[in-house]
Amino acid sequence: MRYTTPEIRRIYRRRQLANRFHLLMSLCGMGFGLFWLTWILWTLISNGFEALSWSLLTHPTPAPGGEGGLANAILGSIMMSGLATLIGTPVGVLAGTYLAEYGRRGWLAPITRFINDILLSAPSIVLGLFIYTVYVARFHHFSGIAGALSLSLIVIPVVVRTTDDMLRLVPDSLREAAIALGAPRWKMVVMVAYRAAKSGIATGVLLAVARISGETAPLLFTALNNQFTTWNINEPMANLPVVIFQFAMSPYDDWHRLAWGGAILVTFSVLAINVLARLLFRQKSS
Amino acid sequence: MNPIPTQPVERAPRHAGQARGSGYLADRLFEWLTRFFASLVLFTLLAILVSLVVTSAPSLKAFGFSFLWSDDWDPVQDKYGALIPVYGTLVSSFVALLIAVPISFGIAVFLTEMSPPWLKRPLGTAIELLAAIPSIIYGMWGLFSFAPLFSRTLQPFLIETLGKIPFAGQLFQGPPLGIGLLTASIILAIMVIPFISSVMRDVFELVPAVLKESAYGLGATTWEVVWRVVLPYTRAGVVGGVMLGLGRALGETMAVTFVIGNTQHLSPSLLAPGNSIASSLANEFAEAVGDLYTSALIELGLLLFIITTIVLAMAKLMLLRMGQREGTRS
Repeated sequence: MRYTTPEIRRIYRRRQLANRFHLLMSLCGMGFGLFWLTWILWTLISNGFEALSWSLLTHPTPAPGGEGGLANAILGSIMMSGLATLIGTPVGVLAGTYLAEYGRRGWLAPITRFINDILLSAPSIVLGLFIYTVYVARFHHFSGIAGALSLSLIVIPVVVRTTDDMLRLVPDSLREAAIALGAPRWKMVVMVAYRAAKSGIATGVLLAVARISGETAPLLFTALNNQFTTWNINEPMANLPVVIFQFAMSPYDDWHRLAWGGAILVTFSVLAINVLARLLFRQKSS
Repeated sequence: MNPIPTQPVERAPRHAGQARGSGYLADRLFEWLTRFFASLVLFTLLAILVSLVVTSAPSLKAFGFSFLWSDDWDPVQDKYGALIPVYGTLVSSFVALLIAVPISFGIAVFLTEMSPPWLKRPLGTAIELLAAIPSIIYGMWGLFSFAPLFSRTLQPFLIETLGKIPFAGQLFQGPPLGIGLLTASIILAIMVIPFISSVMRDVFELVPAVLKESAYGLGATTWEVVWRVVLPYTRAGVVGGVMLGLGRALGETMAVTFVIGNTQHLSPSLLAPGNSIASSLANEFAEAVGDLYTSALIELGLLLFIITTIVLAMAKLMLLRMGQREGTRS
């Protein structure tokens, strides 16, 4: 090339260097993210693995220095997450159905969608505070129900969002076909639209379960904690995240060990549910 | 020509249904049921706001606006002010964004422009797993694993170097405790990276290939395409993603509670322990005795709710703008 002067070549070199430098920085960013993930998981495994044992699943939480496990906390977590999912799923699915099926005109659906997205990221501790003011303060006692209610406030927006998204992916030709056959609209929604969106909605519910399984903040002043095993949902209830919090902040070594055991249980169940949800969704989309 | 009388389309099934009676009723019932639950979601936000205002009334009455800038937090004398927790919340989230935004940008660029196709999915999933780890795990890891190492290595280094700078050095002075505002910020940064980077990645993928190809065709380097074509095109979406991350960081509770130090003490240094709104609530609420104490804490929660709602609404508006542009273009 006759046109290249030292000046032009210098510009080229500078642009190339800038390019390499910035792409290298992107690579570092990626490495940075992966670095923390590995470190956190490694800490968890190296501390938590030795704490795993059968007695963790069979014995209730001990006093400091005593032998014990996390059975009451695991039971409480499962009961409250289960109840929260049972409350949150129908509410979320029905509200999501309105947004996708009935709310195509008018102001209610767009505004609800907007508010729902805000609730989706609202600080969970404020949701706990809300349930405290409307439930716990009114009935003057902490309870598993209050805990489940505050968790269901986290489930609802997640389920609304996925139901809405998944129903909107269902092609209108399916709806028109059902209506043309004379099906009433509710039947069209239940028998056609829900079926087409089934695995997507199930993914949403699973992701919501994963999210509430590790939630601590809303339970701190709704379910509180309980040293003993209880099946009564109307009493204060132990749950894994709050027990982990309490034990990890304590000065006792054996409590720390139990906290790590609980942490590894919670993390790996949450990760397992996440992976399950992904698999379910991929199966559908492929 | 006589115009054919037209019925609005949505009326049609109603008439068909009326003939059958029961089908019509079921239809109306189902529609009203779904509408009821949708309105319920809508009113949750309002209900939260109202209930928090009502229950924080004693504190609102006792302190008025001075609650916002008073740095008193004295349960013994029943005097409360929000300055320290609000300062801690805002500063820790802001510093977290300073760290998280460039890194999330790098991750998004890597995943959309550099990564070989077969690596995209596993790496993307790995970053998303960071968002799936419960926040209490971040807290434990931060307290037991990160903070001790931080106080031995990076903190003394920061105090030695940045702490010596005349004016800005104040931010990095004090003993290397391990826990404190900066530790909380770093952990918050790690927690919001997956949220910000996944939004950035999504909006980067909306850029029409033609735009990028024409820039490449003119001889632009990858970086020039990202910086001069992709980023300007997706600006609203990127800002929306950053705001979303900010909303998350502001309200994060457990991870911060473990490492921020939980002292009601205002210090210019980022290394000093402090407090945030969410961690004050987590630590003190269940033990708070007395109406004024409780209502002051609820007022803190109200402040947090208002701040995050505004930030999240702005994030959502930005992302909607991005989506609308996409909609009108295609």
